[in-house]
Amino acid sequence: MPRLSVLDNLLVGMPGKGGRLDAAGGRQRLAEIGRSFGLKLDPNRLVSSLAVGEQQRLEIIKALFRGARLLILDEPTAVLAPQDVEGLFAALRAIAGKGLGIIFISHKLNEVRALTSRCVVLRHGRLAGDIADPAATAAREMARLMCGQEIVTPSRPKVTAGRVVLELDGVATNGHPGMALKDVNLAVRESEIVGVAGVSGNGQRALADVIAGMLVPTRGKLRIGGEEVRDRSPRGVQAKGLGRIPEDRLASGLVGALPLADSMALPRIGQAPFSRNGLLQPAAIADFATAQIKEFDIRCQGPQARTGTLSGGNLQKALLARELAFHPRVLIAAQPTRGLDIGATRFVHEKFLGLRSAGCGLLVISEDLEELLTLSDRIAVMYEGAIAGIVDAADATVARLGLLMSGARERAA
Amino acid sequence: MIRLEARSSTPAWFNLALPLAAILATLILCSGLIAIAGASIFESYGIMLQAAFGDLQALREGDFYAITETLVRAAPMIFTGLAVAVAFRAKFWNIGAEGQLLAGAIAGGVVGTIPMPGALAMLAMAAAGGIAGGAVALVPAWLRVRLKVDDVVSSLLLNSVVYYGLMALIEGPWKDPLSGYPISPPIQDSANFPVFLEGTRLHLGVIVALLAAPIVWFVIARTVLGFSIRVTGENPEAARYAGIRVERVLLSTALLSGALAGLAGVGEVGGVHYQVMSEISPGFGYSGIVIAMLARLNPLGVVPAAIFLSAVMTGSAAMSRATGVPTFLGDVIQGTALLMMLVALLFTGYRLRFSGAGR
Repeated sequence: MPRLSVLDNLLVGMPGKGGRLDAAGGRQRLAEIGRSFGLKLDPNRLVSSLAVGEQQRLEIIKALFRGARLLILDEPTAVLAPQDVEGLFAALRAIAGKGLGIIFISHKLNEVRALTSRCVVLRHGRLAGDIADPAATAAREMARLMCGQEIVTPSRPKVTAGRVVLELDGVATNGHPGMALKDVNLAVRESEIVGVAGVSGNGQRALADVIAGMLVPTRGKLRIGGEEVRDRSPRGVQAKGLGRIPEDRLASGLVGALPLADSMALPRIGQAPFSRNGLLQPAAIADFATAQIKEFDIRCQGPQARTGTLSGGNLQKALLARELAFHPRVLIAAQPTRGLDIGATRFVHEKFLGLRSAGCGLLVISEDLEELLTLSDRIAVMYEGAIAGIVDAADATVARLGLLMSGARERAA
Repeated sequence: MIRLEARSSTPAWFNLALPLAAILATLILCSGLIAIAGASIFESYGIMLQAAFGDLQALREGDFYAITETLVRAAPMIFTGLAVAVAFRAKFWNIGAEGQLLAGAIAGGVVGTIPMPGALAMLAMAAAGGIAGGAVALVPAWLRVRLKVDDVVSSLLLNSVVYYGLMALIEGPWKDPLSGYPISPPIQDSANFPVFLEGTRLHLGVIVALLAAPIVWFVIARTVLGFSIRVTGENPEAARYAGIRVERVLLSTALLSGALAGLAGVGEVGGVHYQVMSEISPGFGYSGIVIAMLARLNPLGVVPAAIFLSAVMTGSAAMSRATGVPTFLGDVIQGTALLMMLVALLFTGYRLRFSGAGR
């Protein structure tokens, strides 16, 4: 409840004393938790003034405050900068040391190995493995259990970047849920993958929306293929040769209730061969989908299957197929592998690298630093709606990116 | 214990089974009311059926008058049903088919009084009525697109605006100078829709209504506009992301929907009454909502659904005369059918699980 103080948030629903909130007792408990687990928060601060990491700390304190014996954390590090992850882990170790149980759900293998004392691997809703000593188990072995096959990291062929295909020049926005952009300058060249890193909620959403044509900036220019985009609608940027993989596949990409074929033809439904003179050409739509299903190995019950019945990985393949079929000059992808298993993730990465070799420019927004380090030629770090720095992937380390993500400014390399 | 359980897919036969189940449940529920009114349930429903479709002897002798009357009454409801189905497909909540029908009737009635050759007059009436209905529907759509005004409320309230506008016209400047009653002057004889079967009222408008359903189906299922309407209704965010101009689609939908409702009014003026009066629609616009829901927003399903409601309306009047059950039963059946259909729609997303106490 953002408009209440930390203390009030803790006391909600707790039994009071004689009909009144037990504020003094609450303060005392909070101080105790702070001492014993190293989780400190000022009880008088408003929740709305807390950073995301502090809000997460409050959630954990709240659970302890109510006497929880078991904590379940679902991907708790997604909203944290790398150095804050260490702080969280220290607190979790302290909690576990006091005899409490913790279930830590994560897709980041190094976190699981660093923190946990036992680990189970789930695959397709089934138990795929039970590892007694995660720290001593190779990440490779865990990855194999997760996807049921050996994983090879995709190779990054050497290519030289060409001309600039996507350029943002002093772009600013407002009125966007989440962080607005402040004077963003960014360029992506042919045969180049530029990664965008940052703690969740630092303007990545607005950046993706501006480029995809969903949000009209208040200032600044957007150029695709060297030409300024005047029609800044989704239609306008598509016409300039921009391919787009949205963050939320079923909310903004595909339509769950439609047949897959219709979902895949959706952005170009008004053009031949999908329609002629305003009339749909169902045969052409189905043929297109059938061909793409085959080429991208999309697992489904055929082109007429309801889009919503596909798994996340197959939805992402369908989105990729839909965009790549029209040979984009530049592709923007937001969280392209979020929620995907390792096999599907690798498929997406291979496609991205293939596009790069073919001369396409890519802008990949991700919260997964490992992913960005694997794919990118350069990595731009966003902090509070601006680019805090751009580093060459060759010089980038998790530590250096983490520093930028938490606000330490650096001149663009 | 009975639980609702989410269902991952809906079998195709549900499209037919659900409305039939809803209608059956409605008739069973309403038979309780017939019993309370002190009449025999089977006799009452039998009389309704005979009144709506004719008794066996008449049918054997080639007398289809009852059926044609049911069709004549169904025609405006086919149009309003299509109007609502089209609008609801885009999730434009047009509750204003009644007002759009009246606007169409006014426009048709005005144009019909201008002396013109027959075919031209009928075309002009249809065009004027369609435009008038579309213009009325455009108001709530525009308010929603521009000012985020709730379309349910604005389209519903517009019904009263148009109705009282019509009253003001026929009580005032448009009052028939010959009779002096609060009705409009009759349209030109040449503009009267031709009747196809001697001795019945089966007029041109009924045929057009029956043809409109497959045409609207084609527009929804096979054109880019229809595709955009469906995508906008299912997922406006994805539609916009894909480059569909969602606002424009909503306005087009409103125009199409309003025009269809307007044609319902034109049909009543040109084919049944030949003039406009305040009671020209006994709620055809509202029945359109029930019909569209029974049809599961499928334009082809609108025809049988409209014929069903029409049969209930004509049938309940006859039943009332013969058994003394009040005619309001017709309205009750209509309302109950809508409720039953909404309940039935729950089963497209969920299934019932019966589990014993032991488990």
